[in-house]
Amino acid sequence: MKAIGLQRMLPTAILAAVLGAAGGAAGAERGLQAKLEYCKTCHGLSGQGYLGYFAMPRLAGQQTIYLENQLRAFTERRRTNPVMFNVAHALSPSMLAALAAHFRELDPRPFGGAPRGLAAKGKPIYEEGIPEANVPACSACHGPDARGHDEIPRLAGQLYPYTINALNNWSKERGQGGTKEDTSAIMAPTAHNLTRAQIAAVAAYVSTLK
Amino acid sequence: MKLINMKIAVLALVCSAAAAASASAGQLRAANVRNCTWCHGTSAQGYATAPRLAGQRPGYIEKQLVSFANHTRDNPRSREYMWNATEALNRRTAHDLATYFSTLPPRAANDGHRELVAKGRTIYELGIPDANIVSCLVCHAPNAEGVRDIPRLAGLGYAYLNTRLRQWGEGYHAAAEYPMPKVARTLSVDEIEALASYLSFIK
Repeated sequence: MKAIGLQRMLPTAILAAVLGAAGGAAGAERGLQAKLEYCKTCHGLSGQGYLGYFAMPRLAGQQTIYLENQLRAFTERRRTNPVMFNVAHALSPSMLAALAAHFRELDPRPFGGAPRGLAAKGKPIYEEGIPEANVPACSACHGPDARGHDEIPRLAGQLYPYTINALNNWSKERGQGGTKEDTSAIMAPTAHNLTRAQIAAVAAYVSTLK
Repeated sequence: MKLINMKIAVLALVCSAAAAASASAGQLRAANVRNCTWCHGTSAQGYATAPRLAGQRPGYIEKQLVSFANHTRDNPRSREYMWNATEALNRRTAHDLATYFSTLPPRAANDGHRELVAKGRTIYELGIPDANIVSCLVCHAPNAEGVRDIPRLAGLGYAYLNTRLRQWGEGYHAAAEYPMPKVARTLSVDEIEALASYLSFIK
């Protein structure tokens, strides 16, 4: 119980520690709450994601290091997304950390919506990979439960159209920083070696995971 | 004798009712379209405060018709006109009307303030992050054409868009679920005028 209470306080504590005298903890809390509401407008009240014209991905339960890396990648234009660049580039490092910590704790049901039966085709790909196509098992890095680890993202419950789009456009959207180091490089060959049908199947499978 | 006569009478009644229903289905639809275009314009491009229906997402039209009929959407013009207009509406008709109007080619209203278009475009595409206002584009699509039951905003009339955008911040209820009621609530008057202007010119 105590641990949970501490974890809830963590985002505000981070902000307050940095902002200190300027406005104090109360001001930091208001700023964080306003920014969280802003994120949740698109990403869902519980961070479960939303399907507009574009798919806004699930942030709930996401690895904090991964989230922070993505927000930095948007800011430095290593990951191409005009809307997210605008959102991210005004965030201070402490705000980044506080937002990521908050979303880490959310745990809504998966958004759903993938075609019936497709998840079953994706399960063997996720668990065993496709050796003949040089596609490693996703579970080897993303975990058997697809919850990720450190800078490796959680995939469990991610929106089906979002994952499809991410894998199909991997090298077009990510790693755009030229020689700048980018964690997305590791996924490039895998995304390239998967066929569109395999991508859809894997996306369907992870979209069902809690 | 009486029993047979009654059975024949019932049969005749049922048959004629069925025949009348199928015969009048075509007529009913035409009459209903006229009921709409009376206010929304003969080619459904809109007139005064009645918005353009031509080219609108069918899922959106249908959802609005239902929300008028069950009195969910309660902004003044909806209450004054659309609640009455949909009193006798059934789901089949709502669906058919929505499908029909969605197929009509839309024409842009082109009646906003041209000098505000650039500002409106920036807000539409990127929102206003410093004011925690999100991008409209991510849901309403790059050319404001909408998707599923998220409405097309492209080319709608300036006056209609202006009024509707203001109403989000005035406490009226809409058919839209989260996040729309929240998104536009904190827009300023200037920002609304810019958005409405930009959208009115999109083909």
